[in-house]
Amino acid sequence: MNTSEIAPNKDRPGPVAPAGSLFSASKRDSAWSEWVDRQSRTLFISPAVFLILVFSIFPLVASLLISFTRIRPRVGGYQIRWVGLKNFKKLFTGSEQSHLLGTMEGGISLLGWTAIIVVAALLLWWLYRYVRQEFKVVGFIGRIVTTAAALAFTILFATTLLSGRQFGTMPMTLVYVLFGCSLQFLIGLGLAYVCTQPIRGRAFFSTLFFIPITITPVGIAYQWRMLADMNKGPVAPLWEWMGLGEFAWGSLAWPARSMVMISDAWMWIPFIFVVMLAALETVSRDLTEAAEVDGAGKWLIFRDITLPQIAPVAGTILLIRWIEGFKLVDIPNILTNGGPGIATETLTMHSWTQWRTLDFAGSSAVAYTLLFVSVVICVSFFNLVIRRYSRRQ
Amino acid sequence: MGTGTGTKFNLPHRQTRWFEQSSIGGMSPLGKIISYFLLLFWSLVVLFPIYWLCITAFKSMDDVNFGPVYIPWVDFTPSLHAWRNIIVDDMADVASAYFNSIVIAFFSTIFCVMVGSLAAYALVRIQYRPKFGSIMLFALTLAAACVAIGRWGVDWWLGIAVGLAIFFFLWRAAVKERFGNGQMSVVVGIFLVVAIVLYFSGNFSPDFEKHGKTASIILALVVVGWSAAHWINGRVGNSDILFWIISQRILPPVVVVLPVYIMFQRIGLLDTHLALIIAYAVVNLPIVVWLMHDFIATIPIDLEESAQLDGSSRFRIFWEIILPLSRPGLAATTLLTLILAWNEYLLAAFLSTSKAQTLPIMVSAQISQERGIQWWNMSVVIILMIIPVIIMAFLLQRFISKGVLLGAVKG
Repeated sequence: MNTSEIAPNKDRPGPVAPAGSLFSASKRDSAWSEWVDRQSRTLFISPAVFLILVFSIFPLVASLLISFTRIRPRVGGYQIRWVGLKNFKKLFTGSEQSHLLGTMEGGISLLGWTAIIVVAALLLWWLYRYVRQEFKVVGFIGRIVTTAAALAFTILFATTLLSGRQFGTMPMTLVYVLFGCSLQFLIGLGLAYVCTQPIRGRAFFSTLFFIPITITPVGIAYQWRMLADMNKGPVAPLWEWMGLGEFAWGSLAWPARSMVMISDAWMWIPFIFVVMLAALETVSRDLTEAAEVDGAGKWLIFRDITLPQIAPVAGTILLIRWIEGFKLVDIPNILTNGGPGIATETLTMHSWTQWRTLDFAGSSAVAYTLLFVSVVICVSFFNLVIRRYSRRQ
Repeated sequence: MGTGTGTKFNLPHRQTRWFEQSSIGGMSPLGKIISYFLLLFWSLVVLFPIYWLCITAFKSMDDVNFGPVYIPWVDFTPSLHAWRNIIVDDMADVASAYFNSIVIAFFSTIFCVMVGSLAAYALVRIQYRPKFGSIMLFALTLAAACVAIGRWGVDWWLGIAVGLAIFFFLWRAAVKERFGNGQMSVVVGIFLVVAIVLYFSGNFSPDFEKHGKTASIILALVVVGWSAAHWINGRVGNSDILFWIISQRILPPVVVVLPVYIMFQRIGLLDTHLALIIAYAVVNLPIVVWLMHDFIATIPIDLEESAQLDGSSRFRIFWEIILPLSRPGLAATTLLTLILAWNEYLLAAFLSTSKAQTLPIMVSAQISQERGIQWWNMSVVIILMIIPVIIMAFLLQRFISKGVLLGAVKG
């Protein structure tokens, strides 16, 4: 390396090409490469930005516009008519209501009212506390949105589930994400915790638990359909013996929903397990051992020492799991085909079915509902939980 | 980490204590029993479905249909008829889907990792200060012009020209010259008053009845956008761009797939490999940028600086220094993207019908067969489908355990 050349060009990575140096460009194409190098700032990032703008942002806007229209395919193009909020009205209060939200007629049961009042009181108390302790305008607006969404979801569940009625694709997606995915997370974390205990064969078990990640989701759905078959599946004799031979999980709403959750859990727990195991292994031994010397129990150590250290990673993993959970489509599509009725249909599937009946605008409206729900939940979780834990670190 | 069970500190004559651990960092015997029970139970949960899948692939039709049989050579005689069905008889279908899947997964991964790591590198090493506010302002004035054209039948050229002129004026005034906050608020205040007057002008003069309200709303929007642009410009940095790219992952694919479908239909790309390659690359781009950004940030800058002093271009630095140094991260990212592309279902269902049909779509199509699902054939197809992923995943596992994913999650 020629040290005398270093001096002037520290800021501008210019074409100073000392002869014989390792990286010098040849002289013939120096003008061209000089130009390229000057543009490199833009050239490096623009392919990614271009791809996202064209295939992500533009369709996002277009989809919103489509959801305000009635669009019909025609020979050589589309017939488009602006209808304003009609598609959304149809979804939330019109003929599609029972598909999206569930059966709403007939009032709310006592249990439903109790749930609504309890949740509303809790939310109000939480808001009040925020106003009293730390008040920022942006934070307050964000919390108002979160509160409104939480209250709306509570009312939704109170009118459908807690009043003993069928529910639609939106509550199904919420149950699936908020309950199913969180349960997966807890199981994954528990397994990872057991695998960090001082016992023999940990390496073997952690390799073994990784295996399901390799099986494709479509395959998993088939595999569980096969396993859960009441006549030909491996547990059939057991069912027979228990006198449940005629029982068909596929024809009842909750057993079918549990099957969807079990199959998906089987697929995703390995992922959570692997990352949480890596996180648990970084927890410093000194602290836990010091606590043990002081006579703290395993649970206490886990709660007060281990958990705060893995909290940021745990929060992020749960967030990733929720984000991906909202996109669930392949497993219910193959396992139950959305049935019985619409019991296991997720929002993505709902949108897809609309698309297949050539109701493009309705499909976009459902998709936007999904986007809204998932963004509100994920952003709330990110701001209220993950940010808080990271700040505390 | 201590691996010993710690029993050597235990005094031999004592009786076994079931609930107490024998040493610091050890476990109580009961805890050990529970742990082993849990681990073995979960091993069963993991292995049994896979075992069942594998033996079903070797069962004959009768073995499947007349009650479950469990152990090959004891309960039933394994046969290869399902394999013959798939590999010999259905050769054409399976092979074409297999070929499509390989081509699409491979090229989309290469494309995605290339574009993604370029962007990730740029976001680590180059400071960007995009004039985002100006871009927003431009889009806003253009949108206003479009509304004017659509709503009032203003001439195309005139609308665009006036829009551009307004944009240029606002841009010069606020964004480029950088008004102070006081000046800004006075100008915005004047504009807003004009907008309010316009809004109610319909009450005084019937000429304004029709357009006054729309015009005032447009004016107010442009002014608010203008002050927002003034505020935003210069505040958007690399971390915001990174966040913007990564946050694309929240977007459910079903939201964007419909316009993409129409777009590909118009340019005749529907049901081609290229359509799926592009779609998969875009969907997986956030993951690549996220993982690679974190990995490249750990590479020391010294090497690059000395190469820069030697006069090598950024592309050269990227190709000859960054890519070789980030090989572990690159490998993990590539394999993860490959698996995701291999398993993708929804986009393939929308964008391919026959020619570019991938394996997941072919497999899921079997469900509507008239004779019911032929489990033995399905098992063979699924096994064929997961073999490449098993190979990739065992390569991937080495890298994941090195904490590549963990680092990104922490960041």
